[in-house]
Amino acid sequence: MLEIGTTHYLALSAVLFVIGLVGVLVRRNLITVLMSIELILNSVNLNLIAFSYQRADLTGQVFAVFTITVAAGEAAVGLGILLALFRLRQTTELDSATELRG
Amino acid sequence: MDFLTQHGAALLFWLFAGGAVVCALMVVTLRNPMYSAISLLGCFLAVAALFFLRHAEFLGVVQMFVYGGGIMVLFLFVIMLVNLHRLREVRLFAGQGPVVLVLAVLLLGLFGFFFAGAHFAGAQPDTTQLLRIGAEKVGNTQAVAWALYRDYLLPFEVASLFLLVAMIGAVVLGRRQ
Repeated sequence: MLEIGTTHYLALSAVLFVIGLVGVLVRRNLITVLMSIELILNSVNLNLIAFSYQRADLTGQVFAVFTITVAAGEAAVGLGILLALFRLRQTTELDSATELRG
Repeated sequence: MDFLTQHGAALLFWLFAGGAVVCALMVVTLRNPMYSAISLLGCFLAVAALFFLRHAEFLGVVQMFVYGGGIMVLFLFVIMLVNLHRLREVRLFAGQGPVVLVLAVLLLGLFGFFFAGAHFAGAQPDTTQLLRIGAEKVGNTQAVAWALYRDYLLPFEVASLFLLVAMIGAVVLGRRQ
């Protein structure tokens, strides 16, 4: 309990990942889905940092920088799509965009 | 007092880990996206604190700036731009909720199963490696910059190109027809 190791970080990261995954799968609001994706990317960063510390290797931290870059780009484009969807449907519900449903 | 100084890092880990999990749960369950966004900010800050605890000081500050500053402002502006007056009438969760919850618990169990069996060599890693360039002792920011600009220069340039593409994409998507 009082000795924090890499396993603790992995467990926390897994919990955050699963919470984000559940958010992506069950929420109907696109804004919340995008936030859940950010949670998932954050949990990945936590893993990278934990292993960087464990292996005393900076590569993990450098890759976390790239993950943050990707997260920023993803947020910008995702929110642009959200605005386009809102202009088209006057709603941010994902269920309103079903044209491609088979 | 002895207890605090001896186990301060562990206590901080549990504090911020608990905060991150609670905030993440609030992001997924709250009805108002504005409250979700504020919870997300709490989660980002807690994770940044956890970065500090793992000797990733530069990453922690970047996390606060980029996530807590940039991405969060983007979210808040978009939430204010879209009109959410019909918020109360809608269902919060899609129909597949129960199935997803069962699968999520199974996935978590799988993670736990593997992590419980994992053994990492060396209880205390040599963290001074994170704070040096060659033999010279430097700060974490300097060490990360050294690795980033020397070993990962090409990915760095590709990342800047990626940001340009994302920016153009966001402008095109956000433009009024």
